[in-house]
Amino acid sequence: MRPVIPYVTAALLFGLGVYGVLRRRNAVLVLMAIELMLNAVNLILVTADTTAKALLPHGGQVFALFVIVLAAAEVGVGLAIVLQLYRMRASIAVDEVPLTERRADEPVPAVAGAIGETTVTAVAGPPEGER
Amino acid sequence: MTGVDALLLALGAVAVGAGVLVVATRHLVRAGLYLVVCLVALAGMYLVLTAELVTWVQVLIYVGAVVVLLLFAVMLTRAPIGASDDLDRPGWPAALIGGGVGLGLAALLVDAYRWTRVELPRAGTAERIGEQVFGAWVLPFELLSVLLLAALVGAVVLSRPDIGQRPATDTSKGARGPLR
Repeated sequence: MRPVIPYVTAALLFGLGVYGVLRRRNAVLVLMAIELMLNAVNLILVTADTTAKALLPHGGQVFALFVIVLAAAEVGVGLAIVLQLYRMRASIAVDEVPLTERRADEPVPAVAGAIGETTVTAVAGPPEGER
Repeated sequence: MTGVDALLLALGAVAVGAGVLVVATRHLVRAGLYLVVCLVALAGMYLVLTAELVTWVQVLIYVGAVVVLLLFAVMLTRAPIGASDDLDRPGWPAALIGGGVGLGLAALLVDAYRWTRVELPRAGTAERIGEQVFGAWVLPFELLSVLLLAALVGAVVLSRPDIGQRPATDTSKGARGPLR
């Protein structure tokens, strides 16, 4: 077995994932690109398990299993955030997310209060996304 | 070039090709389906690399759960059926950074491993991996269960806007009271 083949495959997949994260606007597609990157790392780990002689056998495969579990947790929380974003703004374009805090004098349908409170109220208000 | 190498090369080509389509297609749903192709090809590579248990876990969790979850998200965000034109940002920097990372890592690994060959070790069956997980790695394993629980609770809290709203004012409660 030539280990360079899976290693180069993993490197190219990781580059594709980086490209996808930077290029895509849709948050779900960004998550898909992140899955590509995580899988590239898994492939590196599994291949290293065959090439490196470690003290404990199969360490790379155990780590790959752990990374798969982490990816499952990540995608669960990530999709919850994406759906919440869609409910708030009716759009999941990542370059339209406001990164600055909302000012108090801005006309939003909310009670005057803390930022967290206004956010929650805006979420629970009349759903603009369901038109 | 043995049969194992040819198999790895073919599966790697399928995985990279499907990966290109995932980040380049204009159809949201098709991106998810190309992701399935890519993940299955990677599972085949794991199988050739003697990681049996990882293969089946990959098929079960990634193809079975993660992709289905992603497709659910595509559906719940009312994605258009046909091709969409607004999926991409104009991306010279993205192509530069992504290509640089991918080709740079590839050059590094090619330089490190050249055309050497290694013997495949014993297969990572469920028995052997289980010995390791519940022997040497049992503490990280238990930590992961705590992390999964935290992610579960976090996802539930995030997707229910009425949880954080309880101590809020009476106005919204009065308006939406009969709905609860």
